[in-house]
Amino acid sequence: MKTKVLAIDDSRTIRNLLAATLEEAGFEYVSAVDGREGVDMYDDVAPDVVITDINMPNLDGFGVIEELRGTDINSKVPILVLTTESAPEMKARARNAGATGWITKPFDDASLIFALKRVTGAAA
Amino acid sequence: MSGSIQDTFFEECEELLEATDEGLSAIEGGDHDPEVVNAVFRAVHSIKGGAGAFGLDELVAFAHRFETVFDEVRANRMELDEPLIQLLLRSCDHLYNLVAVARDGGETDQAHHNMLIEALDKYIPEEEEDLTFEPMGLGGPMDVSAIDIPQAPTEETYQIHFRPLKDMYSTGNEPIFLFQALQEMGELTIVLDDSELPGFDGMDPEESYLSWNLTLVTTEARATVEAVFEFVEGLCELSIEGAGDADADAAALAALEAAFGGAPAAESPPIVEPAAMVEETPPAPFEQPAPAPTPEVKPDASGSKPAAPKAENSKTEQRGPNPTLRVDLERVDRLINAVGELIINHSMLAQQIANLDVADVRDVETELEGFKNLARDIQEGVMSIRAQPVKPLFQRMARIVREASSATGKSCKLVTEGENTEVDKTVIERLADPLTHILRNAVDHGIEKPEDREGTNKDKVGEIRLTASHRSGSVCIEVKDDGAGVNRPRVKQIAIEKGLIPENAELTDAEIDNLLFAPGFSTAKEVSNLSGRGVGMDVVKNAVTGLGGRINISSSPGKGSTFTIILPLTLAVMDGMVVSVADQTMVVPITSIVETMRGNDDMINNLGADGTLLSIRGSFVPICDVAGALGLEKKDDQPPGVYLLVETETGQRSALAVDDIHDQRQVVIKSLDGVCGEIAGVAAATILGDGKIAMILDPESILAASPAVGAFDTERRMSNAS
Repeated sequence: MKTKVLAIDDSRTIRNLLAATLEEAGFEYVSAVDGREGVDMYDDVAPDVVITDINMPNLDGFGVIEELRGTDINSKVPILVLTTESAPEMKARARNAGATGWITKPFDDASLIFALKRVTGAAA
Repeated sequence: MSGSIQDTFFEECEELLEATDEGLSAIEGGDHDPEVVNAVFRAVHSIKGGAGAFGLDELVAFAHRFETVFDEVRANRMELDEPLIQLLLRSCDHLYNLVAVARDGGETDQAHHNMLIEALDKYIPEEEEDLTFEPMGLGGPMDVSAIDIPQAPTEETYQIHFRPLKDMYSTGNEPIFLFQALQEMGELTIVLDDSELPGFDGMDPEESYLSWNLTLVTTEARATVEAVFEFVEGLCELSIEGAGDADADAAALAALEAAFGGAPAAESPPIVEPAAMVEETPPAPFEQPAPAPTPEVKPDASGSKPAAPKAENSKTEQRGPNPTLRVDLERVDRLINAVGELIINHSMLAQQIANLDVADVRDVETELEGFKNLARDIQEGVMSIRAQPVKPLFQRMARIVREASSATGKSCKLVTEGENTEVDKTVIERLADPLTHILRNAVDHGIEKPEDREGTNKDKVGEIRLTASHRSGSVCIEVKDDGAGVNRPRVKQIAIEKGLIPENAELTDAEIDNLLFAPGFSTAKEVSNLSGRGVGMDVVKNAVTGLGGRINISSSPGKGSTFTIILPLTLAVMDGMVVSVADQTMVVPITSIVETMRGNDDMINNLGADGTLLSIRGSFVPICDVAGALGLEKKDDQPPGVYLLVETETGQRSALAVDDIHDQRQVVIKSLDGVCGEIAGVAAATILGDGKIAMILDPESILAASPAVGAFDTERRMSNAS
């Protein structure tokens, strides 16, 4: 069964890049355009891993992590933060909220897949 | 990287830039809503993010500066004063340029670029002046292969001790996946150490008791092995031993740390010493313990989400924009063509039925009427797909005014109204150039210098008002400035000097104003590099008439000028009057017809050799014989049957003489471009219900070509002059 990725990013460009990269690597890809939509979709999508941006309208990445981790049943699903931010305090905040890992934009395909494998064990 | 994704990026850039522009303009207008500030920040941030993915370094670097300055504003560390807003607006304009250069090629204006960078840098606080943001492209931070460390070509054996702290489990990290990643690198032996596991009674379900000793035999470099544990750094005790000497390890670690953007290498504890990891590590990025999941949530049965987010959610749905679908323009145009054919098809069908020799066709006609209405509905629906709000166009115009103002040393502001008025996409695209020209002209020639304005009790800042509205089936775009108005004596003098009008011509104010549109007219004493780029307002007029529209100017000395552009809603279908001229069927656009009337001899007055006048309710209008103007053979014995009273842009009326009127109907416009070139008096063609092709006439150019009307004009001027 394919590993299902829920990508939350307000940039259409990034969503398209992720879709191309992930689908080619054999992942199933679902996307949301902002944090609110991502959290709302979460239960229906039931992803194996979440990739989220930080700077987004309606609900930012920290909010996404907090809400997803706030429900105990979900706490095992890895959440990767994908953002141009690289400030240590941002990372600390994300980790405190329960982020699994941090990928800095711009990302390259190989490292993204590598990171996804490490957090999901995907055989992609 | 796929080109289409890059196309998406540029499309998105346009939207993001519009959002930036809009936000900045709102802030300029006094809107200090934090959400507006945030929206601008996000937009620029997204541009930077996307540009980084495509290695557009110049764009990334500039967007980064913009973002850094704006972040200061966002965090309320810097006041958004007038000079800064102006700088940001100009920087936004420059972002447009950089995106255009990235998309279409060409050169960036380096002097301007550097000037803006220098100006922005002044706002960047010292400690944040780390502008070494490097777009990493394919050598991204996670790309371990890119890290310059000694590669181990031969197999090495690593001894790894790994003991997760309990916080690791609350971040969604899972040991088994890490082991799987290691397994893919080579031969992995896993030994579980459960010696710390307490008895069942003493067990805390959220504590971490297990640790592992792993032996990995691999050809991979040490950095690659370490990279597997990147996300759990600070959340576990970890030691990796073997392979490579200590120096290489340290170098690899430093490289790794630097690449992952973690804590500075010097401060980091060496991974090889597990104790240090736990006890001495300075607060590194991901180090603070994550809050343990609250047990209270768990019993909350079904695992449903808390109520609060749900409530918020419904609010979001209300304020969110309408869902949209992006469709290729080509597909829409195919649909438009098909609808055009459908309308033609309907006409043909109607004609066939009318020609049938059947007694009772009423039922068929009723159904046909329904068909017609449906076709019209579909047509309107399809047209509305192509329709777009003029807002982006207007936003571009705000930039034009800003640029023009700074180039001429005048201060002007652009006020826009009716930005949500929707116009056909092609119309919007082709309106950009004429509108740019009109606005530059308004700044350059219309608005006075600030010192002159003060003397006339006007606000020092000139105002140009750009309005869009729908007006009885047409779109009306108006540019109104509060400047000096048209300098009529000067305009007239120039027109005489250039031989556009006779020296003794007596013109109305409106006629003088409209001289601005005459070919070869330009009032600038010297060609200014702003509005006078070798083209005059006649080019503007041609562009507008090319869209099937009209342009007018009205002016009031000392108070300003107003340019009014009237455009058809669509370029594909129009309402036309089907007439016959010398046995040919032709179509005259309804929009240009004021009135129609049957002629009789009493109404016709001869004027010299070839001029005739039609008298209508006590006034005279020149008659233009359409057949003659088009060079068609006309039967002598047939008197002109019908006159179509038309009004030109200058407000002058003329009567087009045609043989008969057949019908008034919607026709599909088929361009003649590339078929038979330009024919004076003919705008386009259409296909009628009987399958025949009919020319669509352009009354304006027929009149221009008509000797009778010209003669009348001269005559009148001469007589008025005396």
